[in-house]
Amino acid sequence: MNNKLTALFKTKPKNLLNIFFTAGFPKLEDTSTILSALEQAGVDLIEIGIPFSDPLADGPTIQESSKIALENGMSIEMLFKQLHQFRAQNAAFNTPIMLMGYLNPVMQYGIEAFCKRCQELGVDGLIIPDLPMYIYLTEFKEVFEKHNISNIFLVTPQTSEKRIREIDENSTGFIYAVSSASTTGGNTAFTAAAGYLGKLRDMNLNTPILTGFNIKNKQNFEDACSYVDGAIIGSEFIRQISQEGNLQNQITNYIQSIR
Amino acid sequence: MSYQVDKNGFYGEFGGAFIPELLYPNIEELQENYLEIEKSPAFQEEFNQLLKDYVGRPTPLFLAKRLSAKYGGEIWLKREDLCHTGAHKINNTIGQILLAERLGKKRIIAETGAGQHGVATATVCALKGLQCIVYMGEKDIERQAPNVARMKMLGAEVRPATSGSKTLKDATNEAMRDWINNPEDTHYIIGSVVGPHPYPDMVARYQSVISKEIKEQLQGLPDYVIACVGGGSNAMGAFYHFLDDPSVQLIGVEAAGLGVHTDKTAATLTLGTPGVLHASRSIMMQDKDGQVVEPHSISAGLDYPGIGPAHAWLKVSERAQYLAVTDADALTAAVECSRLEGIIPALETAHAFAVLGRLGLKPTDRVVINLSGRGDKDMDTYMKELDLFQ
Repeated sequence: MNNKLTALFKTKPKNLLNIFFTAGFPKLEDTSTILSALEQAGVDLIEIGIPFSDPLADGPTIQESSKIALENGMSIEMLFKQLHQFRAQNAAFNTPIMLMGYLNPVMQYGIEAFCKRCQELGVDGLIIPDLPMYIYLTEFKEVFEKHNISNIFLVTPQTSEKRIREIDENSTGFIYAVSSASTTGGNTAFTAAAGYLGKLRDMNLNTPILTGFNIKNKQNFEDACSYVDGAIIGSEFIRQISQEGNLQNQITNYIQSIR
Repeated sequence: MSYQVDKNGFYGEFGGAFIPELLYPNIEELQENYLEIEKSPAFQEEFNQLLKDYVGRPTPLFLAKRLSAKYGGEIWLKREDLCHTGAHKINNTIGQILLAERLGKKRIIAETGAGQHGVATATVCALKGLQCIVYMGEKDIERQAPNVARMKMLGAEVRPATSGSKTLKDATNEAMRDWINNPEDTHYIIGSVVGPHPYPDMVARYQSVISKEIKEQLQGLPDYVIACVGGGSNAMGAFYHFLDDPSVQLIGVEAAGLGVHTDKTAATLTLGTPGVLHASRSIMMQDKDGQVVEPHSISAGLDYPGIGPAHAWLKVSERAQYLAVTDADALTAAVECSRLEGIIPALETAHAFAVLGRLGLKPTDRVVINLSGRGDKDMDTYMKELDLFQ
């Protein structure tokens, strides 16, 4: 299977909207509803979070959704089972899918087995925030490449230019630029990140850049896209689907409010 | 075999720095500077002077005659309970505050379980006039009230960690999140030999004064060194200068909680498997899906599902042995130490005393127990749990 991420970026698209949600939230069986609704609403990329008991890089919203998802019974095995079923029933589904998860559950699953399953299920990229670059390069890269999976690195306003260049060289897919040094879902004004995103844009990296953390609404999204190739919405999306109501409508309405 | 950290931050297969990119600059700054700063004469001079005049070092090595008579052998107590603030934790916080000062940091954060590390951090922050925020599990705030009051009196802000088991693990998560959100002006004083490289090595070095003194005071090698293990900092301090003396048996004592075969336990090395927790690869308590299991121990300082990577390596390489002691046995040992030696130990420390009867000591054996902390902070728990108060 081709890597849809790589294919997507070949056309040098702009204003990409990437939505993150936690697998198994709000209900265990919502994965397929959310995936379908997101594609129908015209989202460009989808990031599925694998819940972890100790999500260090996440703020309260995603901590809470992870906790509920685990209580609902979500696990890597369960997510793979759901994705398998989803693919079988939605052959035309064409949006790139990435998984985001912490290293420990992936390690326990076994990195080789994990990547193999990802490839079989059409997962195009992985975001593992606590997998440092040097460990990726020495222990994981070969397996990722063998299974045609992009590893998505993060950069922050504190990342040095030298390291950004190094990350650029080792990236396939895109670079995930954290808009301010913070756990997910924080309140830092997006405008504070403008200088940093401008700097990233001016570095003319080979790898496309999406920015995330603290993007909530149309204004934030457009601001972000004026600097880089697209933006990622996570915590705010989780908040939207946490409310009472019809999940599908919530998703459609929210995505329409952004685009 | 080397028991020291290698240039990549590993002890054998354990250790490393599994940090989110968000913390990379902070950790890189520490990795590049900690050794050079520690070795500088100015640091050494101030560190040693503070350990002497402020902490009260060297702490005595006391021959416990009545315990010796009961268990056979010669039982020596390394009196870390006599350190300023009541536990060994301050050795490390003195070292780290001097480091933070030299790195130009203005704001200090810490996690704490029993509150001893929080108090030791609040203390050095007061000494140096730096802002101090301590994360503490909500459950621990309840069971260690005297230490919460001490931290506040010292001018620190105590922030409750309300997620998960509301204990040390969750306080550590919150402190790491704080650091992610405040990467430039803040130093995170980790209280144990856990976390990303260079913390396990750095904390071990600051605590190694314990075994350095034992070696000088005992004038010869002991047969056993025994210490309780949560994250493992007092044990690492007590083991450090004996690691390359194979005749010295090193024994770490974990908290078994209600028992290692129950689901209420914190015996990480007895039950755990390799994994990544709090940014280092070590041994941890987890389920088949790699989710961290909530630990249990009556002692807040040992109520942790992970352990320092150096201990994982000492266990796997069979240099040290790790035993587990239940809540009930620790309580009994605390009373025994109080009544035989006139020393009320911390609940954490009581775990170390509880293995004395298992060693089959010979009369000529010399045993050093690291008496890592005093029991004042645990009086509420003792009064609640012990029959003698009923």
